[in-house]
Amino acid sequence: MTETITALSGTPTAAREPILEIRDLHVGYGYGESPVRALRGVNLTLHRGEVLGLAGESGCGKSTLAYAATRLLPPPGLIMGGEVLYHGAQGSGEPPVDILSMTDKELRASRWEDVAIVFQGAMNSLNPVYRIGRQLMDAIAAHRKDSTKAERAERARELLSMVGIAPDRVSAFPHELSGGMRQRVMIAMALALEPKVLIMDEPTTALDVVMQRQILEQVIDLRDRLGFSVIFITHDVSLLIEVADRIAIMYAGEIIEEASASDVYRRPRHPYAHGLLHSFPPLHGPKRPLAGIPGSPPDLQALPSGCPFRVRCDHVMDACSQIQPVLGPTRLNEPGRQVACLLHDAALAPTLPESLSR
Amino acid sequence: MTAIPVQTDATALTGTNPAPTAAGPRRKPRGTAQQRFPFLRNKKAVTGLVILGFFTLLALIGPWIAPFDPNAISKDILQGPSATHWFGTSHLGQDVLSQIIVGTRSVMLVGLVTGVIATVLSVIVGVSAGFLGGVSDEILSALSNIFLVIPALPLIIIIAGQLPDAGGMTIALILAATGWAWGARVLRAQTLSLRRRDFVEAARANGESTWRIVWFETLPNLTAIIASSFIGTVTFAILSQTTLAFIGVTSIKSWSWGTVLYWAQSGQALHRGAWWWFVPAGLCIALVGMALTFINFGIDEFVNPRLRSAGTSAKDMRRRGIRPRIGFTAIDRSAMATSRRRAVAPPAHPDAWAPETTPSPKSPPTKEPKR
Repeated sequence: MTETITALSGTPTAAREPILEIRDLHVGYGYGESPVRALRGVNLTLHRGEVLGLAGESGCGKSTLAYAATRLLPPPGLIMGGEVLYHGAQGSGEPPVDILSMTDKELRASRWEDVAIVFQGAMNSLNPVYRIGRQLMDAIAAHRKDSTKAERAERARELLSMVGIAPDRVSAFPHELSGGMRQRVMIAMALALEPKVLIMDEPTTALDVVMQRQILEQVIDLRDRLGFSVIFITHDVSLLIEVADRIAIMYAGEIIEEASASDVYRRPRHPYAHGLLHSFPPLHGPKRPLAGIPGSPPDLQALPSGCPFRVRCDHVMDACSQIQPVLGPTRLNEPGRQVACLLHDAALAPTLPESLSR
Repeated sequence: MTAIPVQTDATALTGTNPAPTAAGPRRKPRGTAQQRFPFLRNKKAVTGLVILGFFTLLALIGPWIAPFDPNAISKDILQGPSATHWFGTSHLGQDVLSQIIVGTRSVMLVGLVTGVIATVLSVIVGVSAGFLGGVSDEILSALSNIFLVIPALPLIIIIAGQLPDAGGMTIALILAATGWAWGARVLRAQTLSLRRRDFVEAARANGESTWRIVWFETLPNLTAIIASSFIGTVTFAILSQTTLAFIGVTSIKSWSWGTVLYWAQSGQALHRGAWWWFVPAGLCIALVGMALTFINFGIDEFVNPRLRSAGTSAKDMRRRGIRPRIGFTAIDRSAMATSRRRAVAPPAHPDAWAPETTPSPKSPPTKEPKR
């Protein structure tokens, strides 16, 4: 697996085509006059065939981003602005479609077909009274109305073997499968219609590490074969560094750093990313001292002025309380990475701290 | 499921701020009456409460404000509505308005007493049956099944025939005794589903007593069902009471809307074209029924914290095109303007990932200071 990742990280990111573009997305909770601003102007691009990891503390807006981009956010969630462009047709020059301005009918048709989701706690998403084969076939039948029953049954068996479950388990009930197998069934179901984008929202949180790894390796393997793109949400940053090509780190409803997985791991450029990476032990390489991030995530209803991270930041300057940093190139001007921190502004900070300039 | 932003101690963060006010407008600690009483946000519920309040007031002070003695016979026989007799007079020259006003009390009393007794019975039987399970459940279920098949009206007719004077309270008690069973069955089913939920298991694991689990963990989750079952029972009781009075089973000497209708029927009001005799009583019954239904609409919004915290009126949401639906998140691009806290940077160019040819470090003018 390490080989695949190095191979992919080697390709120039700019040359790749975007498949899903999130532009200036604003999301709030509450329909009143002052909704909680859960996402504030998030920009994110997912490219074809790439695994994009979303990391951050609990409550920083990772899941909100995934659900808002697919319009699955339950009430009282409210999309307050922005667009989510889906580039469906490959290289045909067709204009992308905005998921947020689709009608209900278009949205229903597009779901699962274009963008599929594996939910948090997916193993409870199966209906206990139906056999899993039937549930897989129902998902296919809903979108491929002209398919025959035999075709669907064949596809269900194929999907199960694809995720490493014996095809004869199509006649099993959900309670007859282990948690890991149910999780795989959900992944198989998400892949049933060969979507271009797969969103995985902490899909393996309830599983043990061995099972987590097995399932993720399988997903990456399938990605290599089928060529879909993955948005992978987790707070397990070490897992993310292993599986993702690119990582976006979120803080208080904003993306604060975005770079290739190895860059984020070896050379974090944002103090928060640095803190996040130093709060867990490395899986490979020399041991290093662990350090957490002091304090807790800010109240989204009472954000500090300027940079939302400044109250917890070791490198805080006077300018941090006045200027809201935006995502831009790093001070070292490295290609293919962005950071939202005033330390990268030569006009404001005399030097970049050693820990962030390695 | 979704990451609802965690509320942290705001003072810990703002405490280090040079100017806490710079953190943007905070939610006002004390809102308007609508924010403090979310029930008032629902126009239907408010309408229902106003109508019901009016009739309750009438029930309380009716006998004192009635312009005439409802029994007093006068020479103005079968007259239409006039300045003296707003709702006209009966075939004996009695003032219909006074009869309606005086009759309100027994109608509201029967409705309220039946509603309270039947609801209390159904909660006790239903929740116990659902929670205890086993033999107790079997017995309580059998009991409610038996009461479910007892027909209320024939029973009352028989009992009223035996009693010398079947007053409002007798009627209310019999209606309550026969009307609780359906609510109990619904509550039992809901309790059965609730007691298996994780938060009840967790409460049990915490060592909470069964009593506390029933009252403080389970019962608040049943509020919507209990409230709507109460409303339903009150409507049923008012209609039954009117029916009984109309067919003359209850004492025809005590005034209620049904008694007015009874006299109108026996006085051949319809035949004589005396519409003022029966229309007001019918309208009153319809109004009370409507008020109760309207209140029912507001109950769900009130007891469901998710809807309560959504924080705006249904009308306002319609205006903004928001429909709270699962699976289709509402979009309101105008919401930004009202709650915007800072100028938003223009969306990053899709080619932002392309390596830049000229080094261009971020310059201060591109950043916009927060308001």
